[in-house]
Amino acid sequence: MPTFWLVVSLLALSAAGYLLGRRRAVASAGGNVKDLHSLPSYYGHNVAFTTLTPALGLLAIWLLAQPMVIENRVSDMIPADVIPESSSLSLIMSDVRRVADGLELAISQGDMTQEESNALDTSTTDVRAMLGTMGVALGSDVRPEILNAAQAYRKLNATGATAMTVAVAILALAGLAWSYRQTHKDFRARNVVEKGVLSLLILAASLAILTTIGIVLSMFFETINFFGLHSFKDFFFGSTWAPNFRGDSELSILPLLWGTLFISLIALLVAVPVGLFAAVYLSEYAGAGVRSLAKPLLEILAGIPTIVYGLFALLTVGPLLISMFGKGGSFGVEWMTGATSVLTAGVVMGIMLIPFVSSLSDDIINAVPQSLRDGSLGLGATKSETIRQVVLPAALPGIVGAILLAASRAIGETMIVVMGAGAIAKFSANPLDSMTTITTRIVSQLTGDTDFASPETLVAFALGLSLFVLTLGLNVLALYIVRKYREQYD
Amino acid sequence: MNDMQLTERTVAQKTIKIAAQGVNVHYAETHAIKDVNVEIEDKTVTAFIGPSGCGKSTFLRCLNRMNDTIDICRVTGQINLDGEDIYDKRVDPVQLRAKVGMVFQKPNPFPKSIYDNVAYGPRIHGLAKNKAELDEIVEKALRRGAIWNEVKDRLDKPGTGLSGGQQQRLCIARAIATEPEVLLMDEPCSALDPIATAQVEELIDELRTRYSVVIVTHSMQQAARVSQKTAFFHLGTLVEFGPTSQIFTNPEDPRTESYITGRIG
Repeated sequence: MPTFWLVVSLLALSAAGYLLGRRRAVASAGGNVKDLHSLPSYYGHNVAFTTLTPALGLLAIWLLAQPMVIENRVSDMIPADVIPESSSLSLIMSDVRRVADGLELAISQGDMTQEESNALDTSTTDVRAMLGTMGVALGSDVRPEILNAAQAYRKLNATGATAMTVAVAILALAGLAWSYRQTHKDFRARNVVEKGVLSLLILAASLAILTTIGIVLSMFFETINFFGLHSFKDFFFGSTWAPNFRGDSELSILPLLWGTLFISLIALLVAVPVGLFAAVYLSEYAGAGVRSLAKPLLEILAGIPTIVYGLFALLTVGPLLISMFGKGGSFGVEWMTGATSVLTAGVVMGIMLIPFVSSLSDDIINAVPQSLRDGSLGLGATKSETIRQVVLPAALPGIVGAILLAASRAIGETMIVVMGAGAIAKFSANPLDSMTTITTRIVSQLTGDTDFASPETLVAFALGLSLFVLTLGLNVLALYIVRKYREQYD
Repeated sequence: MNDMQLTERTVAQKTIKIAAQGVNVHYAETHAIKDVNVEIEDKTVTAFIGPSGCGKSTFLRCLNRMNDTIDICRVTGQINLDGEDIYDKRVDPVQLRAKVGMVFQKPNPFPKSIYDNVAYGPRIHGLAKNKAELDEIVEKALRRGAIWNEVKDRLDKPGTGLSGGQQQRLCIARAIATEPEVLLMDEPCSALDPIATAQVEELIDELRTRYSVVIVTHSMQQAARVSQKTAFFHLGTLVEFGPTSQIFTNPEDPRTESYITGRIG
């Protein structure tokens, strides 16, 4: 039975379980609902979920595990001498899967019966040509071992699917029978449903955390591979970023880190004052009308895709800076040679971060108790003295947190840098030079026709992990600062 | 009005510090204060009593124009401080608030050190020429706020770390550090326990020797203990105003009598 119909029948069974459980509960109380421990619907839900949940869980695990088990069994069948020199077991296995899929297709189109497919023989039939007519292209002629493996693969798959259907059905029926028997007017169905809801919530929370751990681990293992191929010292303490595919690359993170931090610093120099002043204006001075108009307008900035900011950097800010600092520019200096520069990317990224800083700071400034403002105004302070000396210091921890969050956003930004900052990795203190960042190098190392086992590619994972550690550190620092000083005025 | 005949607690001829005439306050559509006339004397504690929402706090906030910070609030009528109209266009509300200090219902020390809390007003108004003078002002204010002995060794610690009663006395010290002429107190003890309340009440009685104190209170016992004059507000009108002893023993208005005997409010 296809998985889709299996799930549909499970749902139907659990719906039936709902009605049965509900009816049995009401019947056990002699039709008097007030005698029940829980509302009738709770008994129904208990039966429905006891039917559905274990069966669905088993189904999910089975679907994940079956391909792995079959793959292992089938790959054991392939003798080592079948594998050509330049190939590997995984390539042979993908051939096996393609042949198996082709046979499946042939049967479903009615070109072949189940028996015919099992009786196929490479010495009598040209399997490659036959599958080719059905649109399944194979790279080479099908060897007998591969055909055998494919047939075994299909057989195992069919057996597995049948076993899965049976096991899931038995589990569902058992769940139904067990919970139906339990249903009685004194059974605490409400408490059981409560526990069910709790485990659902825990499941959702742990999925998010496990995914994060998975991401980190996958990067971690590739990073270890990288350090097996490339010297640890060069990556962390070298001074040059010069990947080439002859095998003597210098892959140091430091020039990239410099570019990243330089661009982020400029972005923050733009975003923090503007965002903060905007927040102060909106929360302390603006009337309700202005506020209701200006706040959403400012937040529109946050909704612009970063690639659009990149275009803005490339087409507007870059040429503008050239016309000021470039050759024949309005300042009469020749500090800038190309439109891409740290300043271009930094300024545009700063504009992108303004709503981020202002929106968070606005919330934080609004959270400062009115009594502090009253206290200051009552002592004869003006509004700006009050803001400068009382409101902002009270809101400072939160504002610092907002700035650090903006910083980690800046460090992880890619598109604006690709389009605005250039691609040259170097140490330079001139903000009009073009430079590059960790994120853009990750993109360029992983895209394109490269061998996945070379240090030039694997360095992307080491860079990614370093970036992750950096932004994680900033986020943790931000959370720590916000928590530590939050209680001060509560 | 000559109070010498009315109460023995007043010892000298009192001058009128604040005179309010025909004061009306509107919050948008609500008429919060209706035609209030009152005269507040110098070096006297005047208590405003009345049920919740009767407008006593609103009226108190008119006296240093704190209501200016509320957009929808409109004040009409005349309030004179030392004979000058405080709602006159030439008067800067910021300057006025330096002269008419305020203590709020909930202690609201700034998230700064105790020293900086008290030095805040003097710094803003440039009352000290140098650090030594500022130290002196802070010490004097903390002594008058009856909290010097408790905090003299921890002036650099945050003011928010003090107990509720200490915080409120710190706020009083902070208010008197700017050398105000009038001190307005909006239910200064409502967030305090009985012991802290007693300390603050004792302090209020001492403050009377230098300042004119106006206190809003929910507690009639407190009004009776600390004040020389009492004003009873009801539904936005000033029902009765007179010497405290008279208000509590022999009220003229039946509403006042109902309130102080607990029948309304």
